[in-house]
Amino acid sequence: MLSNPFAALSASVSPAIMQTYVVVMALLVVAGTLFDIIHKQSATYFFNNWRDFKDKAKRQVGGGEMASLAVRTAVVDVMASGEFCNMRRRIAHLLTMYGFVIYVVTTIMMVFAYPTAAAPAGVAALWYIGSLMVCAGGYWFWFFIRVDVAAEGYSPFRFVRADLFIVSLVLSVTFALVWAAVQATGNATWSYIFLGLYLLATTVLFGSIPWSKFSHMFFKPAAALEKRVAEANGTMSNLPPPANAPRKFGGGLKHARHY
Amino acid sequence: MPTFVYMTRCDGCGHCVDICPSDIMHIDTTYRRALNIEPNMCWECYSCVKACPQFAIDCRGYADFAPLGHSVRVRREEDKATISWKIKFRDGREKNFVSPIRTTPWGSIKSPADYAPPSAEAMKSQELAHEPEALKVAALPTVSRDRFKQGAI
Repeated sequence: MLSNPFAALSASVSPAIMQTYVVVMALLVVAGTLFDIIHKQSATYFFNNWRDFKDKAKRQVGGGEMASLAVRTAVVDVMASGEFCNMRRRIAHLLTMYGFVIYVVTTIMMVFAYPTAAAPAGVAALWYIGSLMVCAGGYWFWFFIRVDVAAEGYSPFRFVRADLFIVSLVLSVTFALVWAAVQATGNATWSYIFLGLYLLATTVLFGSIPWSKFSHMFFKPAAALEKRVAEANGTMSNLPPPANAPRKFGGGLKHARHY
Repeated sequence: MPTFVYMTRCDGCGHCVDICPSDIMHIDTTYRRALNIEPNMCWECYSCVKACPQFAIDCRGYADFAPLGHSVRVRREEDKATISWKIKFRDGREKNFVSPIRTTPWGSIKSPADYAPPSAEAMKSQELAHEPEALKVAALPTVSRDRFKQGAI
């Protein structure tokens, strides 16, 4: 059951076509993100902001300190999704993020290194595990954590443009799993149907980058670094500094409870 | 003028949506970030500004008391029970304030639902709920009829 689904597919679709498709998807990521940056002028805004608070800095941040801030951003804010204050949102995001990374890396490995042969057992298993992690985090977010549903009371089946990324991601991975399972049973018709749905959802996921929040995976780390540098150089986005006399006021909660 | 959201800092958590008393903070349908959908109905209560865990909401005050170049920013630290304000005047002066959020422990005040409902006599009484105990007096002060004579008080 946990075998390389792309090896079985290579009997009817040549590995060159599969590899070309993966390369096209990668190019769509690059092109879509660049278009997003240029169209929304987000890079212009980011660098203007950076220059603005450098000018207003109360202390200069040296190269070594900047490197340390970059490492802390990478480890805490990116790898541990540390910016989330709500634990459920954080766990759902971690599941989806690492699941997607594992799924993409193992897909690339199987399509390029093992397109016709059985992949090492661990690689194929990781593909399934990554897909299941994306489904677990994605569906949990979609049905229970999404603010539209949890705070605004909308139906979970209300779709808006903001849902383009999460819907296409979760559907792509779900159809991938269903296609792999159906293909393993030997049912060729349904296997091709689910393969078609898988390809459609994946193309929408990577092709809709200028209109979805896909690129947040590149922007948010930059914004997180900017926030840390602003705290370090004293500008703190005009915010007051953290209170340094907590004992005077007592009665505070040990852990912040955000509703 | 109303509150606005720095969408690069907002992560769409919805705390501002929950807390806005005017029900005008909602989630944008394009970016899944918070958005003030009815700026002219915002009364600048700063509930959303204080509630945002990412400090992603700011407020543009009306120009008659908050001219261009001003800044009013708040940091609410629930774990320290403090709320800090930084006011920047347009001439460059800055004032910082730190206050307690409350001086009694969380959960120490009974909610209305924890009290027994009032009896029929209490509903007919002139006294308001929890009077006179809540005022820390034995009885409400009264004035006798003869004290109403002109010049008596």
